[in-house]
Amino acid sequence: MKIHEYQAKELLRKFDVPLLRGIAVFSAEEAGRIAYEEFESKGIQTVVLKAQVHAGGRGKGFVLGNNSTAPIELFEKKVRGVNIIGNGNIADKVYKYANAMLGNKLVTVQTGETGTIINRLFIEQGTSIEKEYYLSIVLDRQAGKNLIMLSTEGGMEIEKVAAETPEKILKEHIDPAFGLQPFQVRRLGFGLGLKGDALKSFIKFLPKIAKAYLDLDCSLLEINPLVLTKESGFIALDAKINFDDSSLFRHPEYAKLRDTSEEEALEVEASKYDLNYIKLDGNVGCMVNGAGLAMSTMDLIKLSGANPANFLDVGGGANSDRIANAFRIMLSDSNVKAVLINIFGGIVRCDKVAEGILKALETVKINHPVIVRLEGTRAKEGRKALKQSGMKFEIAESFKDVGNLISKVVAKAS
Amino acid sequence: MSVLVNKDTRVIVQGITGAEGTFHSYEMLQYGTKILAGVTPGKGGQKYAGKEGMKFKREVPVFNTVKEAAKAVKANATVIFVPQALAADAILEAIEAGIELIVTITEGIPANDMTKVFDALKRSNSRMIGPNCPGIITPGECKIGIMPGFIHKPGRVAVISRSGTLTYEAVKQLSDLGIGQSTCIGIGGDAIIGTQFIDAVQLFNEDEDSDAILMIGEIGGNAEEVAAEYIKKNVKKPVISFIAGKTAPPGRRMGHAGAIISGGQGTAESKIATLKKAGIHIVESPAEIGKKVAKVLKRKKIA
Repeated sequence: MKIHEYQAKELLRKFDVPLLRGIAVFSAEEAGRIAYEEFESKGIQTVVLKAQVHAGGRGKGFVLGNNSTAPIELFEKKVRGVNIIGNGNIADKVYKYANAMLGNKLVTVQTGETGTIINRLFIEQGTSIEKEYYLSIVLDRQAGKNLIMLSTEGGMEIEKVAAETPEKILKEHIDPAFGLQPFQVRRLGFGLGLKGDALKSFIKFLPKIAKAYLDLDCSLLEINPLVLTKESGFIALDAKINFDDSSLFRHPEYAKLRDTSEEEALEVEASKYDLNYIKLDGNVGCMVNGAGLAMSTMDLIKLSGANPANFLDVGGGANSDRIANAFRIMLSDSNVKAVLINIFGGIVRCDKVAEGILKALETVKINHPVIVRLEGTRAKEGRKALKQSGMKFEIAESFKDVGNLISKVVAKAS
Repeated sequence: MSVLVNKDTRVIVQGITGAEGTFHSYEMLQYGTKILAGVTPGKGGQKYAGKEGMKFKREVPVFNTVKEAAKAVKANATVIFVPQALAADAILEAIEAGIELIVTITEGIPANDMTKVFDALKRSNSRMIGPNCPGIITPGECKIGIMPGFIHKPGRVAVISRSGTLTYEAVKQLSDLGIGQSTCIGIGGDAIIGTQFIDAVQLFNEDEDSDAILMIGEIGGNAEEVAAEYIKKNVKKPVISFIAGKTAPPGRRMGHAGAIISGGQGTAESKIATLKKAGIHIVESPAEIGKKVAKVLKRKKIA
């Protein structure tokens, strides 16, 4: 689960992580008012106005009108996802920038051309930066430990640094039993070439981030850039947190941090029914039990000359309610021109699945061809029930046959 | 003809009186697995015989702790059906009791719990399969897990997979062609798992009763690549592999916690390229896994 920068910073503040003064706003009026009351009237000369979207690359991204392909300009400059605002009258300028950003779309390397609509902004105090660094903590799967990565290449994409200059990334594992040790923190500090007050500030800073990562059950905590300032030492200038989905059950308070406007509407709907659905851009909808088989079914659709419209794992208990909901969600995607159901009955009985399909079709109307493949426990009985129902199914006798039927259906449709 | 489990494996079930534990204990007993005891804290002292519709063919004694159960029945394997919040504790208890083989079926164990478990495993003599896996089966001898037993057939092809139903699909394709399996290990779909591809490949490489290895991988992580490196240097037996998720978009978790392409790493294409370089036979279509294995066995004059 992803959250916004301002939410991540609110959480980090509880761990005493040094941050700049910042406030989230949701309208241009609020932006202007807050910029005046909380920044300009308090003598702050420079603020940074940041789009709060889940995509990265905001600073280099442009804001576009919703039906336009040209970046919006203000004060003879293109409006970006992150804008530095200074030189007097900042409240007035913040209002204008907020007006240009909110409700419009931000296009970055990560959003693709479609961009993402900006609904929230974060106003943060400006600061003078001495040097920028990169810091993140992620799970190292192979080692089975959490891994701290630091680099002097702040502000850069870490994947790029890793590919081009891997020696510039310093790494330390967090020991699962003993935690991050002071000698590791010192080693990282020396590795970055820090001395004196900067080193002292770093030694205080890093353990707070490590503690936050562990206590909050993150799967990613990224501070990019982490900045060194003259007056306040190390500060988390940006903050990105992803939570470990398997840990959400022990943090019910995270539910209110979820911003469903950042997610695909159909995926939000599917999550209400505990269905694992991911929308894709093809036109063959598929419903499968088990994640690995679902991915393979998508691959088979592609090999058969079509493209999958979605990933959908209905899980083990494929009863009629689940199947009906899955059908409804899959068919809400107007791209879908054919439907494929692929169930391997292990513990689930295929005759029960067939019953579920037939019952679901009493409530959901489908005008597209439906290919069904049932295999495993009581598969014959399941297929028979579907054949005798009088409904038009394309029944596949094997996984290979599924591919043939897809090719046939696709050829007919085009 | 097997690795890790056979007809003499002595198994206990952690969480035996729960709904999942009951159902699968019933299924395992039906298959012939030696389920000798169960553990449910607070229910020690009972004799448990399942529920209506899943009556065990014999009563199983229940204990409060793993240590008591293991000692009473001389267990050398345990299978864990404990809910996600309590699963790490159940695994640590099994490690502490010195159980040789721990099979964890539970899905959704927090990653930070798993780092502790993984660390404890490394400092112990226990091996774990899973979590978030279907388990392990030596056809005709011992089934520890939730896979449908009837699709398997005793034989000489080893199967290792990160998936559940996709493994069943592959196994059925093999059995339908008359190709039996020595042992099938579902290693699990999570980011941190007790037995990785390389560990399982090592076991099968040394197993005299496995002629070939079928490795079913998927997007995310680099466990397939790590195993490929080992295979290239050490394995003479033919290795056949299918990698699921060629059509999976980057940055999205495809059901399994570990099935995610992040930062351009862990794509199906890059895995397949690495595997090919290691001399592993690649199956392009998931519908032709069995066929490909048959072809390789024939060419190598194994079948």
